[in-house]
Amino acid sequence: MEMRITLRVDGAQHEVTVDTRTTLLDALRDRIGNYSPKKGCDHGQCGSCTVLVDDRRVTSCLSLAVAQDSRDVVTAAGLSDEGLHPVQQAFVDTDAFQCGYCTPGQVCSVVGMLDEAGQGAPSHVTEDLDAEVELTDEEIRERMSGNLCRCAAYPNIVAAIRQVRDSAPADREGARP
Amino acid sequence: MRPFRYERPEDTDAAVALLSEHDGARPLAGGTNLVDLMKLGVATPDVVVDVSRLPLDTVDPLDGGGARIGANVRNADLAAHPLIRRDYPVLSRALLSAASPQLRNLATTGGNLLQRTRCVYFQDVTTPCNKREPGSGCSAIGGYTRYHAVFGHSDDCIATHPSDMAVALAVLDATVVALGPGGERRIPAADFHRLPGDRPHLDTVLERDELVVAVELPPPVTGAVSTYRKVRDRASFAFALVSVAAHLEIDDDEVITGVRIACGGVAHKPWRAARAEELLTGRAASTAAFAEAADAELADATPVEGAEFKVPLLRRTIIAVLRDLAAEATGGRAGITGEEGPR
Repeated sequence: MEMRITLRVDGAQHEVTVDTRTTLLDALRDRIGNYSPKKGCDHGQCGSCTVLVDDRRVTSCLSLAVAQDSRDVVTAAGLSDEGLHPVQQAFVDTDAFQCGYCTPGQVCSVVGMLDEAGQGAPSHVTEDLDAEVELTDEEIRERMSGNLCRCAAYPNIVAAIRQVRDSAPADREGARP
Repeated sequence: MRPFRYERPEDTDAAVALLSEHDGARPLAGGTNLVDLMKLGVATPDVVVDVSRLPLDTVDPLDGGGARIGANVRNADLAAHPLIRRDYPVLSRALLSAASPQLRNLATTGGNLLQRTRCVYFQDVTTPCNKREPGSGCSAIGGYTRYHAVFGHSDDCIATHPSDMAVALAVLDATVVALGPGGERRIPAADFHRLPGDRPHLDTVLERDELVVAVELPPPVTGAVSTYRKVRDRASFAFALVSVAAHLEIDDDEVITGVRIACGGVAHKPWRAARAEELLTGRAASTAAFAEAADAELADATPVEGAEFKVPLLRRTIIAVLRDLAAEATGGRAGITGEEGPR
């Protein structure tokens, strides 16, 4: 069964006809030609397909494209119009990638994670559910546990996130579309 | 993935009508489990009824206390909700221990309840599985059973229910609200999932044409403490080997006036430790009492071959959780540092 859907991807409107079986990930890559999100495990376990849907990080491999009709999708490629997004810049500065396959998902995940922490959302390692969130290394690792890196670049990814954490909030917002 | 018709009904009645009209219809919410099972060929719905945009996405205080959680409330939002964090920390803790942030942003309250076992044989369509294909046999018996049952299993199925949230709901005495063609039905959360018996393909008591629309929590008990502890093979993003949700009320004399315990990772449903609860009610809080209660509960454990390690693991987890809660409830005063007693 085919259906016509609309997706706003990295600020641009796309109307595509998809088989109902198409995932958001496959629609982005195969129909819209946005190769930023990567297909790793294709079962929601590795995080390399992470994108922001209506500003929240999700695994695009487990979402049917038809169910995301009319949603706003941001991939790592669309995080900034001019220059690099502060999270992307931090990844460069700290050498937070090796093969780079997981990097677009990691970058989207960091952007979503900073939003969540900024809104005061606790994590599994947060001791006091009512206390203000402090992004310690332990919190960063727990909050990034949905993104696996087979090169094990984790120490530098944590360093990149620390760099963004310590930057001024205004810089952190970056040039988000 | 097998082809299917996609429907996005306007309201809950239309969703229930679609489920009633088509035997092969399944509701879709966050998709974190259903879409995965469709990719694996385990789930093959003819009609996918997308209920994710139905307005069931708020947490509302109930008249007289308590809260009603819409079935579409995302796991991430529920865990972070101020009312849940304050009044039902066991639920926040359980949700935060589950899956990954990306999945919690998609997964919903209703979908979490209806997620299916992660038994590797259930997920592998090349192997027999009574849960996936009734009558075909159980490949898990004699196979890889690290995540399998300790209580309530049968010759037909030894799978465990994977939800953390459901374990917390069982200990909270929550109620699942389901909408069917005949109207709403209320089901105690502790009775929502069922033991496998000779019909392991049925995970819950929900009828095929019923839609989970909400979960209701009773008013919180003043002075009670609760928490959830999950033991797993790695620190994050893994299913429970065993888990314990507990709720404890202790009076000024350090006597236990209310206790509820539910265990995850050990049965086809959240396992309410009724025997341990009965033994502890009215007794002074002490580590020895907690150990005695854990032993009483585990006396009837029949761990499947390969899961024997879960019995001492669950014993220690129950004791540790109760000890920590007793310390929290009494500001560290209760005689909780006593010996565990003989095993």
